Amino acid sequence: MSSSIDPAALTIEGLRIATRSHTIVGGIDLALKRGGIHGLAGESGSGKTMTALAVLGLLPGSMTASGSIRLADAEGPASTELVGASRGVLQGVRGRRVAMVFQDPSTSLHPQLPVGRQLTDHMRHHLGLGKAEARQKAEALLDRVRVPDARGALSKYPHQFSGGQRQRIAIAVALACDPTVLLADEPTTALDVTVQAGVLQLLRELADGGDLSILLVTHDLGVMSAVADEVTVMRQGLVVESAPREQLFTSPQDDYTRSLLAALPGSSFEQTGEEAR
Amino acid sequence: MSEHVTSESVSQPEREREPLSGGRPVLEAEGIVVEYGRRPALRAVDGVGLAVAAGEVVALVGESGCGKSSLARAIVGIEKRKAGVVRLNGDDVPTLGLRRRSAAMTGMQMVFQDPNSSLNPRRRVGDQIGDGVRAALARGDRGSDPADWLRRVGLDPAMVSRFPHEFSGGQKQRIAIARALAARPGMLVADEPISALDASTQTSVAALMRSLSVEAGAGMLFISHDLSVVRRIADRVLVMYQGRVVESGVTETVWQNPLHPYTRALLAAIPLPDGAGRLPVAPAETDRAAWLDDVPAALERTTV
Ligand SMILES: Nc1ncnc2c1ncn2[C@@H]1O[C@H](COP(=O)(O)OP(=O)(O)O)[C@@H](O)[C@H]1O
Ligand SMILES: Nc1ncnc2c1ncn2[C@@H]1O[C@H](COP(=O)(O)OP(=O)(O)O)[C@@H](O)[C@H]1O
Ligand SMILES: [Mg+2]
Ligand SMILES: [Mg+2]
Repeated sequence: MSSSIDPAALTIEGLRIATRSHTIVGGIDLALKRGGIHGLAGESGSGKTMTALAVLGLLPGSMTASGSIRLADAEGPASTELVGASRGVLQGVRGRRVAMVFQDPSTSLHPQLPVGRQLTDHMRHHLGLGKAEARQKAEALLDRVRVPDARGALSKYPHQFSGGQRQRIAIAVALACDPTVLLADEPTTALDVTVQAGVLQLLRELADGGDLSILLVTHDLGVMSAVADEVTVMRQGLVVESAPREQLFTSPQDDYTRSLLAALPGSSFEQTGEEAR
Repeated sequence: MSEHVTSESVSQPEREREPLSGGRPVLEAEGIVVEYGRRPALRAVDGVGLAVAAGEVVALVGESGCGKSSLARAIVGIEKRKAGVVRLNGDDVPTLGLRRRSAAMTGMQMVFQDPNSSLNPRRRVGDQIGDGVRAALARGDRGSDPADWLRRVGLDPAMVSRFPHEFSGGQKQRIAIARALAARPGMLVADEPISALDASTQTSVAALMRSLSVEAGAGMLFISHDLSVVRRIADRVLVMYQGRVVESGVTETVWQNPLHPYTRALLAAIPLPDGAGRLPVAPAETDRAAWLDDVPAALERTTV
């Protein structure tokens, strides 16, 4: 490995997203470290989802992005600029080098195709794998995301799984082509807390593997505290604070971050209530 | 028009008032059973009883599909009960459609998850709150001013003539709450009223629901999967698993010392916003068998 390899898998600089009449994101910076989980927090409508969509060049037609989003090569110092990239470049990036999972796993799963097909189609198309090889890799992926009976699961349909298993399968589909960056937009928000705990463990394991960096969008600061290494807080299209997890939770610098933490039971900033008795 | 209620209004101890648990219950339910379909019927609620006193907040928690909404609908009488009785201030609650409920039954109001589906997009919010006022008057209760309700839920009273689309999700839910309370219910049943709102708004709306219902002397059954909020606003909690209540009683007692294995798993899975980077405990599939156990000591837990 070159010593000049970029420590960031994804570098966002001066990103602006606007419609004709409104600024949605007003110029933000964010660096996603290799093998880390970077949390993106903030109230609804603050621009978290649009920031993630901008990385994939998937903004609504009414919006344009400016500034820079650089995706580092897996090896070596080179990178790919994604803002204003051609369709060809973006198609080579989407699902291959950068993948996304959403709050509702059905968004990324086809209801009428068996899970195995969804995984293998992806790999055969993008990676040019043969049928048997793709099937083998699909089974390994389902194992990796801890779907029980991975082999049997290949021939089942999405509706035959619980919400938590479906989200694991959506993550497996996202990981099919070995992306370096996973954009996870509220991936556990629709899940029960017991199921969420398992998915958070999975995300942590995937990042700890070292080859995957995760941008985790969540409004849940408990989730953030459990798995994020770095946290960026957005408000009204701007970054109000960005810091390593522990620092952000124990000595937030920004008033808005403080107010978010103060509103949460169980945070170190919760004002003394009956728990303090 | 920020919805951020600053720390002084949301971080106070919400449960500072003693529940009127010694008082006569506003709501009593016994042996509620709800089934769907036949051959085989799916038993969504399997013999649940509960009582809520005036001015008391009782939370209902449990994983999705455990029967919370079915129980809530059976209680207000919009879901058929296979067995069991429900009494509101001693009167039997019949099962009827939401629109056909008799005047007396407007004394029990419901707040749903999605304010978009409960508010009429074509009517001014003041008129819709006025429906609640008229329901109170029809029962011979006191009337009130819709603008005043807007103020009490933290919105500008001058907004009575606006339409729902002019408000954010959190504000719409406040309007739905205002309408429910304007009917001066003795009992409020709220099914996931904060789930569709963003995190910063969730806590303040939940706190508001507690303070207004306590102030009005109404009982509240509050269904939520947000356990941190439940801990903060509920006097008592019912933990449901597969149609049955597995643990119940004073919230703080249950939190400090859960006795049922399902409650233990549930509480251990909550990630705390303490910045420590601790992963919550994910229960194993094999743990689930024990969650069906009866633990009699876990029911009706009291203080100490
Ligand atoms: N398709 C769209 N067209 C125009 N504006 C949009 C569209 N989708 C979202 N927005 C606006 O963009 C802003 C940021 O939205 P979003 O990134 O989804 O917020 P978040 O994910 O933080 O909740 C919001 O004000 C929202 O109303
Ligand atoms: N109208 C219905 N018809 C058939 N089954 C239903 C209906 N409503 C709920 N169920 C089933 O009853 C069980 C309990 O559902 P519900 O009361 O909605 O649970 P919760 O609110 O705790 O998520 C679930 O298995 C659900 O699929
Ligand atoms: Mg979003
Ligand atoms: Mg429900």
